[in-house]
Parts: sequence; C-alpha cells; structure tokens
Amino acid sequence: MAEKVGIEVSLAIAEAAKLANVDVVAAYPITPQTHIVEHLAELVADGELDAAYIPVESEHSAMSACLGASASGARTFTATAGQGLELMHEVLYVASSMQLPMVMTVANRALSAPLSVWGDHSDVMAVRDTGWIQIFAENGQEVVDNVLCGFRIGEDPKVLLPVMVHLDGFYLSHVIEPVLFPEQSKVDKFIPPYKYPMPLHPDKPVTMGAFGPPIIYAETKKAQEVNLEASKEVILDCWQEFGKAFGRHYSPVENYHIEGAKVLLLTMGSFSETAMTAVDKMRGEGREVGLVRIRLWRPFPFEEIRQAVKKVDVLIVVDRALSFGGPGGPVCSEVRSALYGEAKKPKVIGFVAGLGGRDITPAGFEEIINRGIEISQKGSKNEFEIFGVRE
Amino acid sequence: MTKPESEFTWKDLEIGSIVAEPGNASQYQTGDWRSERPLFDNNKCIKCGLCYIFCPEGCIERNAEGYFEANLFYCKGCGICARECWPKAITMVPEEE
Repeated sequence: MAEKVGIEVSLAIAEAAKLANVDVVAAYPITPQTHIVEHLAELVADGELDAAYIPVESEHSAMSACLGASASGARTFTATAGQGLELMHEVLYVASSMQLPMVMTVANRALSAPLSVWGDHSDVMAVRDTGWIQIFAENGQEVVDNVLCGFRIGEDPKVLLPVMVHLDGFYLSHVIEPVLFPEQSKVDKFIPPYKYPMPLHPDKPVTMGAFGPPIIYAETKKAQEVNLEASKEVILDCWQEFGKAFGRHYSPVENYHIEGAKVLLLTMGSFSETAMTAVDKMRGEGREVGLVRIRLWRPFPFEEIRQAVKKVDVLIVVDRALSFGGPGGPVCSEVRSALYGEAKKPKVIGFVAGLGGRDITPAGFEEIINRGIEISQKGSKNEFEIFGVRE
Repeated sequence: MTKPESEFTWKDLEIGSIVAEPGNASQYQTGDWRSERPLFDNNKCIKCGLCYIFCPEGCIERNAEGYFEANLFYCKGCGICARECWPKAITMVPEEE
C-alpha cells in the first residue's frame, strides 16, 4: 500500500528522487530549494540511497556535472532556484540540445535586484526557451508524482530530454503537506532502467557537443524542435499510465468549472489552488466564471488551450513574472499568440500579480476577475496591469 | 563521414547531434578558410624541417626527396611556416593568383 505521510514538500521531493533510485545528484544549495538537496545529501550519507552526491562550487558546475553524469548513462537529479537557475543558464541549453535526460526541480523564486528569496516565476521565464520539458505543479503531491513521471518521460528512448518540474518557492517548498508515497516495487515497474543509446564509454568512443558550422547548425535545431514537440505524445502516455498505476491523473491543461463559463481565469503554479477557491465562491453567487490551469509549459499545449477557451467571451491571464518593456506577462503573451489565428476567440486581458512572494488571496482573484471584466468592456490604456501595486 | 555535411538533412542526425564515428574530424576541410597559400622554393630549402615543426595545423609533410609540402586540404594559410623559414624558402601568395 502507498504510504500517506505528513512531510515538508522539499523533503518529499528528495524521497521521490530516492524512489526513482537516482545514480548521481550534483547540486548547490540555494533558498528556497536548499532542503531538497540537503535531504538528498543526508540520504546518501546515511546509506539509504546508493548514489554519488557531487558537492559543487556553483550551479554552473552543478549542471555541468549533471551533463557528464547523464552522458555516461547515470540517472541524474538536481534542484535549484532563482539566481541559481540563472547561473546555470548557458549549460541548460547544452543539456537539451545534447539530449541528456535528467530531472531538475526548480523552487521558483524572484530575481535580484532588490534581493528577493521569495516566490514568483521570473526565474522560470528566463529559461523558457532552453529546450527543456517543463511541468508546473500546484501542490506537494503533484511535485512528487511529476518527479517520477519526469524520469520516465525524459529517459524514454523516443524523447531523451531533460525535464524541469516547477514548484513555487516557499508556497510549496516549505509547507508540510500530506503526501502519498507509492510503493518502491510499483515505482520500479513504472520507471524502466535508464539506458542511454550512445553513452560515453572508452570501448565505443563518440563525440558529444562537437561544433556545428553554418552548413549543419540549422538542421540540428530543427531536429531539436521536432523532438521536443514529439515528446508531448510520450508525456500524455506517461500521465495516462501513471493514472492507471497510481490513481492520480494529469493533463497538459487542467480545466476547473469551465462548463457554461463566460469568463475564464488562466493561471499556472500553486496560486491556481487559491484561484479555485475564488471561482467556487463566485460560482456559488451565480457568476459564470471558471479556471484554466497550465500544467505543461513546454512543449506548449496549443490545442488544449484553444479547446478550453473557445466558448468564452473573456480570458483573464494572471502571470507571476514581468517581461520588461514588452507585453507584460509571458504566459499571457503566449496564450494571445495561440489564439490570434482563431476565428472565434475571447478578449484576452493580462495581469501580473504575486511578484516576489506577494500573496494573492481568493478575494484578490475575485478583484482581478471583476477588474478584467471591466477592462474587457471599457478598454484600458495599458497593455496589462500589475495587480495590487500601491500607486 | 558517410556523406558530406551539406547533404545531411535534420532527420539524418544522431541523437543530440552526437558524432558516432571516431576521428572523422580528419575529413573536415579547413583549407577553404585560406586567403593565402604557402609557396615552397626548393632551391632555397635546406630541409631543416622548421616549417614541419611549427605548422599549427600539422599539415606539412615531407615528400620522397626530403622536401616539404603543405596539404592544402587542411592548410588555413596562417603563414607561420613562411615566417619561421629563415632561408626564406616559403612565401605566402594570395589565393586569387
């Protein structure tokens, strides 16, 4: 039987990596992710997890060590957040374009300056185009489940890509939640052993990360794009199999009370659960509102989004990051792009909220919905609004 | 390489653009980077081999008579051989000539 445990989500993530029987962990501590790698270090030191734990001098080195580990055929895990993710930046592209699978949990955090250790999606959005599969979790259970799925998806011979599992820093990383841990035997069955087709080995030398002159570079990028898009089929299959094996179901876009809705809210990450509370209350008052949550950020779920919002008049997108001097929130701008060519589409209204750990309450979401409806009717001088900012 | 790079489509590439054939860098032509090529005057050459030693590309070879020749498939035309050749047996000439 699966065991239900009250546990800090960060520790639960380390336990999930242990359930996945990782071979190598290379990581550098950074708030709010530290407890994940701290607990993994404990598990290795106590002999509970037979893995190589590589303490490195920076996140740049952490990701570089992970590349080497994955290339040699080791199941690889790491975690980071905020500035740490930024320091990894250039190596992230190398992991995806060299098709080296690994799972990395990111405890999403705001970026300096001013210094902020608190949660938002600024770090995620800066690595949006790095070619990783990116999944968003809304609670501790979802992180644990998707760490397990992440290994199965990324290591699939049809995919071979690194996977980021995003969890909001502090909102998820530091809370104690009830988490169901699947049985080891069932996890072993769910995640087949990792077998990289062409691992680094002296008996059969290969060159990884060679240079690509203009005559071949565009072909390598096309291959990469096709591969990332094609991974969606494996992701869908993995979530379906996960549902069958463990009874919890995931999909690229999760809809909440969209039936009969005229106005939809669109969110990503942990504040989606707060948004659900607001939607419940407003539905109780007879308002025709609903919620769409993006779970699969990359590859982007174009079709699912179009399907979910096709019948509504207004779509209010709440971003937790700001694209300076641009269209406001990155999620909103992508959703707008996805809908632009549709014959019938809702008015898309963008908000940026919850920056640097600013809490958005259910009442806050209610206010956002009401203000969004007002803008859809009367228009606005601005491309987007920052919600709750003191004028 | 099984075929020239210019004939590879994106579907022909290995996983993560891995090069699975060891040592195939020798099939990569660097000679077309060249704007000048070395011209060897064997009347001045004393067969000391300095050009052979200094060539950073390793593309200078000794022929049957003991003189030296640059393999123009690889020679990038850097001119180091000409500069190091103290009997002045090597001159760099523009490619268009």
